[in-house]
Amino acid sequence: MVEQENNLLEVKNLKKYFNLKTGFIINKSAGSVKAVDDISFFIKKGETFGLVGESGCGKSTVARLLLRLLKPNAGEIYYKGINILKIKQSRMFKYRREIQIIFQDPYASLSPRMTIGDIVSEPLEIHKVADKKSRINKIKKTLKVVGLNPEHINRYPHEFSGGQRQRVGIARALILQPELIICDEPVSALDVSVQAQILNLMLDLQKEFNLTYLFIAHDLSVVKYVSNRIGVMYLGKIVEVAPSEELYSKPLHPYTMGLLSAIPIPDPELERKRQRIILPGDVPSPINPPSGCRFHPRCPNAQEICSKQEPELKNYSKDDNEHLAACFFAGKPI
Amino acid sequence: MENNVSKSVVENILEVKNLRTYFYTDNGIVKAVDGVNFNLKKGETLGIVGETGSGKSITALTILGLITIPPGKIESGEIIFDGQDLLKLKINNLKHFRGNRISMIFQDPMTSLNPVFTIGNQLIESILTHQKISKKEAYQKALDLLDMVGISDKKRRMKSYPHEFSGGMRQRAMIAMAIANSPSILIADEPTTALDVTIQAQILELIDNLKNKTNSSVILITHDLGVIAKYASRVMVMYAGKPVEFASINDIFYNSIHPYTLGLIGSVSKLNEEKKERLKPIKGTPPSLIDLPKGCTFAPRCKYAIKICKESFPPSIEEESGHFAACFRAKEFLNKSLSRD
Amino acid sequence: MYPSKEDKSKIQNDSDISEIIDESIILEKELDKKYSKSSLYKDAWKRLVRNKLAMIGLAIVIIMAIIAVFAPLIAPYDPNARIKEVSQKGPSMQHWFGTDILGRDIFSRVLYGTRISMLVGVVAVAISLAIGLFLGALSGFFGGISDAVIMRIADIFFAFPYILGAIAIMTVLGPGVLNVFIAIGILGWSSVARLFRSSILSIKEKEYIEAARALGASNSRIIIKHILPNSFAPIVVYSTMNVGTAIIVEAALSFLGLGVQPPTPSWGKMLSESLNYINTAPWLMFFPGLAILITVLGFVLLGDGLRDALDPKLKR
Repeated sequence: MVEQENNLLEVKNLKKYFNLKTGFIINKSAGSVKAVDDISFFIKKGETFGLVGESGCGKSTVARLLLRLLKPNAGEIYYKGINILKIKQSRMFKYRREIQIIFQDPYASLSPRMTIGDIVSEPLEIHKVADKKSRINKIKKTLKVVGLNPEHINRYPHEFSGGQRQRVGIARALILQPELIICDEPVSALDVSVQAQILNLMLDLQKEFNLTYLFIAHDLSVVKYVSNRIGVMYLGKIVEVAPSEELYSKPLHPYTMGLLSAIPIPDPELERKRQRIILPGDVPSPINPPSGCRFHPRCPNAQEICSKQEPELKNYSKDDNEHLAACFFAGKPI
Repeated sequence: MENNVSKSVVENILEVKNLRTYFYTDNGIVKAVDGVNFNLKKGETLGIVGETGSGKSITALTILGLITIPPGKIESGEIIFDGQDLLKLKINNLKHFRGNRISMIFQDPMTSLNPVFTIGNQLIESILTHQKISKKEAYQKALDLLDMVGISDKKRRMKSYPHEFSGGMRQRAMIAMAIANSPSILIADEPTTALDVTIQAQILELIDNLKNKTNSSVILITHDLGVIAKYASRVMVMYAGKPVEFASINDIFYNSIHPYTLGLIGSVSKLNEEKKERLKPIKGTPPSLIDLPKGCTFAPRCKYAIKICKESFPPSIEEESGHFAACFRAKEFLNKSLSRD
Repeated sequence: MYPSKEDKSKIQNDSDISEIIDESIILEKELDKKYSKSSLYKDAWKRLVRNKLAMIGLAIVIIMAIIAVFAPLIAPYDPNARIKEVSQKGPSMQHWFGTDILGRDIFSRVLYGTRISMLVGVVAVAISLAIGLFLGALSGFFGGISDAVIMRIADIFFAFPYILGAIAIMTVLGPGVLNVFIAIGILGWSSVARLFRSSILSIKEKEYIEAARALGASNSRIIIKHILPNSFAPIVVYSTMNVGTAIIVEAALSFLGLGVQPPTPSWGKMLSESLNYINTAPWLMFFPGLAILITVLGFVLLGDGLRDALDPKLKR
């Protein structure tokens, strides 16, 4: 991968295996789930990097690894050039201010027994920012910025709609003035009309505060709308990385092609003309992933080599913008 | 109303007239379905679009007679299927329709598959409930059904329990049960929301193919406009329990005359759009069904709202052939005196 | 980076955001009407008030508490004063509940007995809570070996019959009020620990816990600020009901002569003293028995009502 100075975050060969255990007192290992298996990517300052994939592909595990909520089995995570996996918890504490997360479920991500004010104030309390009085001002300001009425800091989450709750979640992530916000499916639990409000809000905040986003979602059309570059994950591996326009117009990996083709476009005339590729089969279990290229059992282009050898992520771009794909027959139409 | 136009061409298999389903809760009356009218033609796929709480699922449950009474109550309406008003039938007679001539595919297959019986068991059971055939014939039929829905290794799969299936396979098994008695109408309520994108495509293709093969009609309930665009031939858009627009698929997407439909279309990002156009969301959130605003329920969120919108709810009017809308300003959209942006 | 004044006006200029703010203010005005400063506990309280049985339970508990505190003011006689002339007389205008063999006023003794019962209930449950919450948090939050060890010990406590356990502990510690507290308190911890552990296990997976962790919140902060308030409801319900159980166990211990020692009035002791006169003076047994029944019923009814009121499943 190209080393670049303006990379805010760089992930190298990150691996996370979950051990499956059986047994009552003595735990026996019963194999492992390779949730994230040797992935590398970088995020430039100020950009939005989208990470898409279906359930079980490991995209949410990546989010938790970056926040050090989970310990990786191997790999390096460089934030501003420092490997945050090597530093002590006390030094990590400093970085926790700069890396924040927005969750998928606006119901589960806010404690039902805390008021909106308590929730948004928690980051300030933990990091001992500002005294009590200026905290309240700060909270009110932030609530206003995300489009909530600052007068309602004493209300409880259950009094708000899903979209309003998600705004509270955004306020909590925003209040410490972070550099990087990891968005784990931030709109997929919301109604269509509210999704658009939240997406627009996030884009505005990015512009306003010069934020960098890692945007994780399963909905490729949403990811494409917000992202500059997109990584596609399949069974714990990144199979393709490209600028978002290019990913749509010139997908190289057959899985990306299938994924793009599976998403119906809200345009009936176009849909009637569109040739769709329906990928066969189910997503295999990550406990026993297929040999070689993990996609080969579902791949219409698969040949003998695909089941034997694992394809490497290679750059196929001729210009500065990387376009990586992990396929022996990258770009071959299906 | 729609009848006069289309009677000569295609027959209506189902007609729903002025349907109202209310729920009486501690906090007040929830008007979940409030005056729904539509007709379903033979062999078509009718889409019902709406957000959470729009009443789209309750409409389906009411048609199948699956509303729990109380707290639910069907306040008014007719559901005419095969010349009979289903709402006037006794429970015992309704059973001949439910799961037989009208059947349903639910969002979460786990809720409608019984976890303690094998798939084969449940399939045979649902066949024998409605058909007078021997157990052996039913078994053979069940195998054929699994074949039809694309489940391989049928004999072994018959002996499997629902939890041994993946999400997509479960949904296939449920579709097999739904089509076991060759229904005339298949109601699919968010059939793919819980599934992955690539599996979603498989299941929707399967439902569409089965519909064509068996010449049945499908009511496809979803919040996904892309799915609607791909599979539906006509669409009813619902908002806060009321149908706000009902038209052919092209009219809905290219010639909509209701601000809510326009807003919904403006809210979704399209994969094919080259340059990034900012989404145009509808402001606000859907109202609570207990405390509906006076007048048009959409008026508080509508940027075209005028004085009358806040006073009374606009009647659903056929503005052009087969194109219904409940909006005081629909005519202005139609004759282009009001810009759609 | 935080919005300064200019920044704010910039954001305000963005039509979309100001529109959203306007809209949210309208929406929250609607909310205002509907909820007017409601909170989860207010809602729960409203549901509790609507529940007649729970209100009866609450009334009993409050009355018993008042009696316990103000027993010396309410009681017409000294509970230990022996009035020889009236020994073992049935209920009368002077002695509402009659007198016992020593000529003591039963009514006064029952009133004073409330003190011991309520005190045992509250203190024993508090001890159970202290031990149970601590060990429950240890095993639920940190898991691993501590979890395995604590839960196996809890299993042993569970397997032991409650009364038998209490008798065993009392035999070791010797009789006395303080020891009753300890015995009942120690026996109750295992249920509290299990309850707390299981709610921690479910809450631990919630995203708001992850959010706090991602912020660098300490374990104690997560337990106190997030887990405890959210697992409060089942613990309150269980503890309320447990007060009833503690009262019964105390009565049983005193009945067996292991608990409160004479002449301190205790319902259980009064029952055992009445045993020999069951045919000749049934009131000796009837009134203390009734007091136990009513008090325990009060706590159980209240606990039941609290469960219904606090149950999040009924919410939304």
